[in-house]
Amino acid sequence: MKRTIFWSLFLVLLLALAACGGGAAEPAAPPADTQTSDTAVEQPADTSPPAAAETIVIGFTASQTGNQNVPSTGQVNGLNLWKDTVNAAGGIELADGSKVMVDFVSYDDESNTDRVQELYTRLATEDEANFLISPYSSGLTAAAAVISEQYGKVMITTGAASDDTYKQGLTLVYQAYTPASRYLTGAVDLLENVDASAKNVAFVYENSKFSTDVVEAARQYAEGKGYNVVLMEGYDPETTDFGPFINKIQDSQPDAIMGGGHFQDGSTFTRQLNEKNIDVGFFALLVAPPEPDFADLGDAAVGVVGPSQWEPQAAFTPESAAATGLDWYGPLGEEFVQAYEAKFDGAEPSYHAAGGYAAGLILEKAIQDAGSTDPAAVQQALDAMNLLTFFGHIQFDTSAEAHGLQTGHSMVYIQWQKNAEGNLVKEVVWPLEGATAETIYPMP
Amino acid sequence: MDFLFTSILDGLMLGFVYGLAAMGLTLIWGVMNVINLSHGPIISLGMFGVYLLFTFLGLNPYLALIFVAIFGLLLGIVIYFVAVNRVIDAPHLSTLLATFAVAMIITGLGTAVFTASPRNVDYSLGSVTLGSATIPVTRIVAAVLSILITAGLYLYLQRTRSGRYIRAVANNRSAAELMGVPSVRILALSFGIGTMLAALAGGLISTLFPFTILAGGTYELKSFVIGVLGGLGNPIGALFGGLILGVLEGIIPTFMPATWVPVLEFVLFVLILLVRPQGLFGAKKS
Repeated sequence: MKRTIFWSLFLVLLLALAACGGGAAEPAAPPADTQTSDTAVEQPADTSPPAAAETIVIGFTASQTGNQNVPSTGQVNGLNLWKDTVNAAGGIELADGSKVMVDFVSYDDESNTDRVQELYTRLATEDEANFLISPYSSGLTAAAAVISEQYGKVMITTGAASDDTYKQGLTLVYQAYTPASRYLTGAVDLLENVDASAKNVAFVYENSKFSTDVVEAARQYAEGKGYNVVLMEGYDPETTDFGPFINKIQDSQPDAIMGGGHFQDGSTFTRQLNEKNIDVGFFALLVAPPEPDFADLGDAAVGVVGPSQWEPQAAFTPESAAATGLDWYGPLGEEFVQAYEAKFDGAEPSYHAAGGYAAGLILEKAIQDAGSTDPAAVQQALDAMNLLTFFGHIQFDTSAEAHGLQTGHSMVYIQWQKNAEGNLVKEVVWPLEGATAETIYPMP
Repeated sequence: MDFLFTSILDGLMLGFVYGLAAMGLTLIWGVMNVINLSHGPIISLGMFGVYLLFTFLGLNPYLALIFVAIFGLLLGIVIYFVAVNRVIDAPHLSTLLATFAVAMIITGLGTAVFTASPRNVDYSLGSVTLGSATIPVTRIVAAVLSILITAGLYLYLQRTRSGRYIRAVANNRSAAELMGVPSVRILALSFGIGTMLAALAGGLISTLFPFTILAGGTYELKSFVIGVLGGLGNPIGALFGGLILGVLEGIIPTFMPATWVPVLEFVLFVLILLVRPQGLFGAKKS
């Protein structure tokens, strides 16, 4: 009995200590908060533009820490390059000849949704940002979008592919990226373009939300175009043995295989498909192929197609704009790459960086078209926007159901090919207006 | 029909390697009634052994296996003396916790050194075509080596003095000690051979699939299922258990989504424990 009482008391004591520990930790948070805010407040002072007639403030958060750090850094680099380019030219020129300079206010969101909500509220109220740009990733952007709508601020999103955010009745949020639902549909179009007689498609994909959403949309699209889906099978993210799936693929005799998930599973899948000598004409995978490391697969990589938001060699030009009846705006792809490499010590821009620059460019064009920085006028200009940039085609859904959803931009599809020297190179094969080479079909 | 043939063939090839991995676990249980929870991390170390020797020294992966085997044997003996020997007569929970601690140490160090990034032994011997099935030669070599290693283990246990000592200690440790068998040394050797088999299986798997430092866990779980299937403590039963599991993994996806494979494997695990706890091929009698 005594022992039971002793242990019960001991447990109570432990719990009490734990509670005190938790309580003590809480007050520690605000100083850290203040510190972040201090540094952030100093930030705009460092980059204050030369005196000009009007300066607009653009607010956003960046994941300077946390798990989204790498892509977010690329995105912010792209944004900074855009701002420098605009300000070096004296600002955004309006129809009446006056110019608008650009200033940024940004904070570290720590890749944390709660921080995003808190900081976007601050950007919209205390910092009086005229416009907002999204953080990186669909999750953080969903949190920021609600705030921008609440405070009546136009926000351009980049690095956020999920469709859901734009289907909640928002009216001021505009997406630069191709939405997840159209990640792979271009591969179906490409297949149709290279072989009208191909009819059977096998979808083998990673069991994750992103891949499942993307593939489900691609399946519906393919079926709508009259394709037979001969296999629809998901695999666990940890899968290393694709043997059973490859045997199923072989049994279902598809003309094309589509699916994948992330880099590791995609490259293993490709390698094992090659080892088994599966005879299939077309193979399109998510995420893995655009990565430069995919070339390590050697001959197994040849012919593999993959979607990317943007590629440095994507040949969108004023000529291709004219050919498709669109207005051209902004720098050429190669000009963007050169300027980026010059500013960031020779680093090649990723599609996240290009997306950041494109978000700035979209806002710039909208302000120019609106002829003012009035939010309602800019909103109207964005609704009417239909142009081609180095990042691709930009146009937004204006329906009430999916306002702001990107409808113009499509993924560029790369294919690994061998050049004259026998080296593996990535070529853009789709859409045709950005293509740098013809598709190899059937794949070797 | 072709499809089924290919799937069974694929499963058989893998089954031999699974059997080899399980043999290490079941040998240790058979000799000293210890469930070695560091089995998975040691499989991972075998993978990394082959990977490092192949990638940085350019050694042929199959040649690298010799070094991996020696490393596995020595590591096992060290683990035995450091973590197992003192608790070997304590209740099962103590040895379970001791080997679990070793597992955590290996995984922690391994993650710190190698990170959790996937690796790949980029080695190919091409493929051969058997009827409708195309099989990578590395799978065939892995299966053949697994059979040879099993045969070697069998001969060792049957024909050599230390092998007979191991069987004697497994049968009745007290009696073996009375007969002058140095039981502690024999237990250490058995633990070493068990981990050597795990490391060898890891080395062979690394030539087939990409892996991370955490990949051994999957094969450890398979080893438990195989051990129970073949009879815990029966090394040769483990090989057959491995074959059964391999073939099941080949056949199940032909009828249903492949994600059902682990579900059915563990249903089988529970069924065997309920209906025939000594395993299909008979366990060690204690």
